[in-house]
Amino acid sequence: MTEETKPFEPVIIGFTCNWCSYRAADMAGTARIKYAPNIRLIRLMCSGRLDPTFVFKAFAGGADAVLISGCHPGDCHYVEQNYKAMRRFHLLKRVLVQMGVEPGRLKLLWASAAEGAIFAAEINKFVEEVRALGPLNWAQPGEQVSTPIMEEVTA
Amino acid sequence: MSERIGVYVCHCGTNIAGIVDVADVSKWAGEKLADKGVVIARDYKFMCSSLGQELIQKDIKEQKLTRVVVAACSPHLHEKTFRNACKGAGLNPYLCELVSIREQDSWVHTDKVAATAKAKAIVSGGVARVIHHEALEPLRVPIHPDTLVVGGGIAGIQAALEIADAGFRVYLVEREPSIGGHMAQFDKTFPTLDCSACILTPKMVDVGNHPNITLLTWSEVQKVDGYVGNFAVTIKKKPRYIKTEDCTGCGICWEKCPKKVIDNVFEAGMGNRKAVYVPFPQAVPKYPVIDDVNCTYYLKGTCKACEKFCPTNAIDFNQKAEEITVQVGNIILATGYDLFDARRIPQYGYGKLANVFTNLEFERLCNAAGPTGGNIVLRDGKTAPKTVGIVHCVGSRDKNYNAYCSAICCMQSLKFAHLVRERTGAEVYNFYIDIRTPSKGYEEFYQRLLEEGTRFVRGKVAEVTSVARIPEEEGKLIIQVEDTLIGKQRRIPVDMVVLSSGMQSRHDSKDVAKLFGISCSADNWFIERHPKLDPVATMTDGIYIAGCVQGPKDIPASVVQGAAAAARVLGKIQQKEIALEPVRATINQDQCSGCRICNNLCPFNAILFHEDKMVSEVNPALCQGCGTCVAGCPAGAISGTGFSNEQILSQIDGLLLLNISHAAVPVE
Repeated sequence: MTEETKPFEPVIIGFTCNWCSYRAADMAGTARIKYAPNIRLIRLMCSGRLDPTFVFKAFAGGADAVLISGCHPGDCHYVEQNYKAMRRFHLLKRVLVQMGVEPGRLKLLWASAAEGAIFAAEINKFVEEVRALGPLNWAQPGEQVSTPIMEEVTA
Repeated sequence: MSERIGVYVCHCGTNIAGIVDVADVSKWAGEKLADKGVVIARDYKFMCSSLGQELIQKDIKEQKLTRVVVAACSPHLHEKTFRNACKGAGLNPYLCELVSIREQDSWVHTDKVAATAKAKAIVSGGVARVIHHEALEPLRVPIHPDTLVVGGGIAGIQAALEIADAGFRVYLVEREPSIGGHMAQFDKTFPTLDCSACILTPKMVDVGNHPNITLLTWSEVQKVDGYVGNFAVTIKKKPRYIKTEDCTGCGICWEKCPKKVIDNVFEAGMGNRKAVYVPFPQAVPKYPVIDDVNCTYYLKGTCKACEKFCPTNAIDFNQKAEEITVQVGNIILATGYDLFDARRIPQYGYGKLANVFTNLEFERLCNAAGPTGGNIVLRDGKTAPKTVGIVHCVGSRDKNYNAYCSAICCMQSLKFAHLVRERTGAEVYNFYIDIRTPSKGYEEFYQRLLEEGTRFVRGKVAEVTSVARIPEEEGKLIIQVEDTLIGKQRRIPVDMVVLSSGMQSRHDSKDVAKLFGISCSADNWFIERHPKLDPVATMTDGIYIAGCVQGPKDIPASVVQGAAAAARVLGKIQQKEIALEPVRATINQDQCSGCRICNNLCPFNAILFHEDKMVSEVNPALCQGCGTCVAGCPAGAISGTGFSNEQILSQIDGLLLLNISHAAVPVE
């Protein structure tokens, strides 16, 4: 297969929390549930640790999309810190839109330690969504940013 | 480049090497990551073996490594192993990073090229991250020697007694007025047919009398603060309306109480109790409880018969709920299970057809202390059944309800069949999908039942109905079933049907899990730290689980888990202090602007604000290390050990070094 005919393979950086979503990823592994190899995970102690800088850094470094995942609302190991991740997620989406990045390139996923299958399925879904969006193309200096329409955020 | 990094890629037999080209990954790391400081990269069959560990240790000494990256399984499995290996060779354990190329790569991908490229990316991320690791020392905190056990069933009783017998204080909290749990409701226990009460009550009495056990029945845990070694637990003692210091348990109050109430808890709705009651004669503690929902005095403002007749003036209608806080070092959760509600399967007729019973109702029917004095009779209270049908797997092994096997129902149904034949001589039909009798003496019991002449029909019951089609079926309950061994539909008329309802997690198990900061499975059973190797610990240090709260199991298995959890707790107590992960936030006071944004972000109130200096400070004993404040600080003044900005940002860079979008074939 030549370079041109190869389908676009997005690279996704995924942030997981130590207690739920990283364990969900482990669970998917132990159960040998297959999913697309396009995601590379980073373990944080809590989704609340997610500094918005991390997301920008990932996009700047060449990631086509970023996944933020944590415990389900109400199940946070640190009481309520996943709500702070959720707040940052919504703000990040708005900021990314202003930078010309499609909001669909950032995804929030709640996954409990038991939800390996869901975690894997959601990653597959996300990879296909990002594949449809194509590679992340930053606006060149001087280029007019065509701001994508902000979709209704329902996370 | 000052760091000297060693990279170790594990084959894990074929677990990793079957999908990931491990030799290629290690060769690539040695060449392409040399500029990052990688001085040695090796792959080995089993890195976690002692030989694998020695390999790392030898390199640390000979190659003077200052950082180690191991690419193997999940850090939840072997992080400690490799940290200890490094420590053994004189390298600070926190300078080692374990990255997962098994659970997150080889086990979940099938494309070997992509999986190998991803493994390289993961190793690259680990190398970039480990450069910014710091030598850390674990925080040492003392362990409070007292233990909280929640749930007074057989698992909780066993755990409490083991710990108390070893000489340490136990607080045993039970929601109901007495300990004993489900086991106290049973008549006989399989396969030995021991009388349940006869073997349980001595243990209950031991709990009640034990100098090291503080028994808190009719109580519930409200709040849990702190962390392993130092929990502060708030317990609500519901009002008994009885002065326990004066009560002798003589029983005159419940004799004189005029108000009868259907006992839906202990008697499973089969019998009555009074408004002031002990749930059963052997209850521990012996003190009764006034049920303020049904008591005539609370409903109408008059009566007080119990107070009038109490010989020791122990009744106190003005008692209020009381909250106490206890300090404990470890917690064992043994809160048990709920029975599957057979009403959810309407075609089995429970609740509509009088002579369809649940297993718990049948237990009470058999029990000598139960509503019929142990006579197995129909709902009319006098007619003995001539034929009995026992339906296995009610609500279990059924994707419409619970997909799992409840583990105990086969043996329980066999026990019922034996008791029916022994006491009434009735014909018994067992309707089963498969017979599962895997423990000591269980299969032998099944063989005994076969010899006793109990009938077995292999097939899932479709319906229980009272609608007769032929004269022989008139006045009977007809069980419609496909007998899969003869391949025919059968209609079997019986007088009584017993539904072996499966076990399910407690209705409030999610709330309890949240209260104690642990996780639930999809079926809401509590998740153990490792399903095989660490079955009673949880991911939250200091919280252990025992008995059916972890999943369906029988009495012997619950006792084993109660004892196992106790052994784990005793081990912790003996250590006297515990090493905590040094993942903590610290504030650089020179950079702190005193904006106090972090103060409100912390759920543990671990951040103090110094009014005089106008700066905030983290209390390391209260900080749990979530890192939310680190992410929230607008001045970048807070750093999080183990998960610093430099570490995460470098890891992102490292992970993106190999970009599979530009080449499905790894970049050479």
